[in-house]
Amino acid sequence: MTAPNAFIVLEQIGKTYDGAAVLTGASLNIDQGQFVALVGGSGAGKTTLLKTINALIVPTTGRALIDGQDVAAQPGSALRRRIGYVFQEVGLFPHMTVAQNIGITPSLLDWPAERIAARIDTLLDLVALPRELAARLPAELSGGQRQRVGVARALAAEPSILLMDEPFGALDPVTRVALAQDVRHLHDALNLTTVMVTHDVGEALLTADRIVVMAAGAIIADDTPAALLSGAHADPRVAALIDAPRRQAEKLARLVHG
Amino acid sequence: MDDRLHQALALLPERLGWHVALSAAALALGLLIALPLGVLAARHPRLRWVSLSLAGLVQTIPSLALLALFFPLLLLLSGLSERVLGHGFSALGFLPSLLALTLYSMLPILRNTAAGLTGVDPAVVEAARGVGMTDRQRLWRVELPLALPVIMAGVRTAAVWTIGAATLSTPVGQTSLGDYIFSGLQTEDWVAVLVGCAASAVLAMVVDQLLGLIENGVGRRNRRRWIAGAAGLAIGLVAALSPLAGVALSRGQPSYVIGAKNFSEQYVLAELMAMRVEARGGRVERKINLGSAVAYRALAAGEIDAYVDYSGTLWANVLGRKDNPGRQAVLDQLRTGLKDRDGVVLLAPLGFENAYALAMRRDRAESLGIRTLADLAAKGGSLTMGGDLEFFSRPEWTGVEQAYGLKFKARRQFQPTFMYRALASGEADVISAFSSDGRIAADDLVLLGDPKGALPPYDAVILISPKRAGDRRLISALKPLAGSIDVKRMQAANYAVDRDAGKVSAAEAAKMLTR
Repeated sequence: MTAPNAFIVLEQIGKTYDGAAVLTGASLNIDQGQFVALVGGSGAGKTTLLKTINALIVPTTGRALIDGQDVAAQPGSALRRRIGYVFQEVGLFPHMTVAQNIGITPSLLDWPAERIAARIDTLLDLVALPRELAARLPAELSGGQRQRVGVARALAAEPSILLMDEPFGALDPVTRVALAQDVRHLHDALNLTTVMVTHDVGEALLTADRIVVMAAGAIIADDTPAALLSGAHADPRVAALIDAPRRQAEKLARLVHG
Repeated sequence: MDDRLHQALALLPERLGWHVALSAAALALGLLIALPLGVLAARHPRLRWVSLSLAGLVQTIPSLALLALFFPLLLLLSGLSERVLGHGFSALGFLPSLLALTLYSMLPILRNTAAGLTGVDPAVVEAARGVGMTDRQRLWRVELPLALPVIMAGVRTAAVWTIGAATLSTPVGQTSLGDYIFSGLQTEDWVAVLVGCAASAVLAMVVDQLLGLIENGVGRRNRRRWIAGAAGLAIGLVAALSPLAGVALSRGQPSYVIGAKNFSEQYVLAELMAMRVEARGGRVERKINLGSAVAYRALAAGEIDAYVDYSGTLWANVLGRKDNPGRQAVLDQLRTGLKDRDGVVLLAPLGFENAYALAMRRDRAESLGIRTLADLAAKGGSLTMGGDLEFFSRPEWTGVEQAYGLKFKARRQFQPTFMYRALASGEADVISAFSSDGRIAADDLVLLGDPKGALPPYDAVILISPKRAGDRRLISALKPLAGSIDVKRMQAANYAVDRDAGKVSAAEAAKMLTR
């Protein structure tokens, strides 16, 4: 299902910390426009694999390519200005306003001030935040608003790739469902290539085009949500992971339909 | 009282100006070194450990000792530079004070910078990398702004410490608010001591508040506040330094530097010499409150041009002699010895001795039947001996102790002023006294005899630096003082400065000696 000259290519990526292997030769090809979810238990290596794409983590072995180019070929800072990155702790800069947070990557890229200002307005609209929040400090926002600013900041410099590490993990259920839907819409509208790490398999199944299951530093399944739900995979670890949300959904369906 | 306050306040502009110049320069230099070091330390745990340990170690050295330690070091460097580059630099005054205070100011800045930077939320640091900042951009745009309140707190601590410790630059020859405190303690001029303490305390508080305003303004992103704080500091700095500019401009021709150690008699004699040089049209700069060892080395190195020292002190400390060939022989041998060793000219003995002697209250000495050091040796086991701050480490003391086999119940060290108080109150039974001290007659003390001649003679002598050895004006101004002061007149002049009531300034006491 993936072309040999895919948009993002991860080749035999291994990573060890002090002799302990976190990734053991994981390979993955992602085409342009795909929405990929990386799922698996904690310690499976999902986050580490994600961070090799924008070189926040340098692999011990193997390499990551974007559009045919090794990510290590340029300075990490220049690479990361072209890739949106959202993570659970959000990490908004507490001493900057919402507008300054959103405009940070464009300012690093030396965009003219008017273009940055216009882009901030556009992004506030895109992530469904009122424009009057622009002058606020992050501390004055709710958790959901903060993560929306985080998404807007990631998309500010018009990246073609969006990386998300447990982006909705810290939010309440209502907010997280709404935000996940909005991100999916943005993905389609902006023609992004998105890779999202999550431990919530239900969220992954409902949001992504493609689910990559990891365990102990390796990829153990890689398929569409429909194929995974139909039980095409014999590996008991995959089955266990998919089973829980499916059974929950069946129970909910019975409740709804009596 | 009013008069003394006026006298003290008249000196304030120059002393405050130097104090501010010194503290500001030390703090600026400390910031310049400690800030980048703190940034590096935050990134490298091993460097953090090493630099914080070193800075902590510096902090444990008493600040007075730290200041004093820089003098011989700089003297050595100055000598080296003179040999290599052809010209040396002053090892006295501003430079050693600046270096010591800079070292002193570094710890709080270093510690708070490192702590502030390592304390930045790791999520924010990851976000800074994630949005594409370089290491440098991350430092300037995110880490430093977020660490700023902690760093500023360190700067405030450093400022208060530096301003306080700058009072200790007086003994290495740097004018500061410490001049009030050191001289005031010596002459029991509490008005001067209070003026010095109050001025430095007020200065420290004002600077702390202005820095607080800047910290607060930056933290709350309130431009008006931090600009007000910065402007306050700048205006204060300019205002405090302006009297110095006036002083610097009025100093056209090269001036003579008259030195004095840190006690009343020295202040009086320095004033006496200064008056005579000024009467012949010479400009005089005074460096008073020099440490005993500092004074001679400063003279030998040409940092000061003239001061009064005592034959016994020079005999033991400079020539390293322990014998006692008699008053005149000591003077003769010193004259050639100092000339050969350092090129220092022993110009003239003033005519009196300020000898180390052991003194007791008359009533106490009589009831115990003690008249001489030999008597003291028999009774010492039940008595407490008080010495001034250097007495017990001086070779004279070792000589006396060995010659008579002196043993005491306890030994205590005092600032001279408090030593006399301790003797009066009975906290000390015997003290180290100076034979020209006005308090001997005033307090009705007896000096114990020295039948074995263990204490060397202490003729007060004028010393001239090697580079002024042929200076006619200086020599002709000071030479006539030879043999002109007997011990009674010196005691009277000293007492006029030291007494509690009706105290006069050193300059006025010096005039008593010219009559």
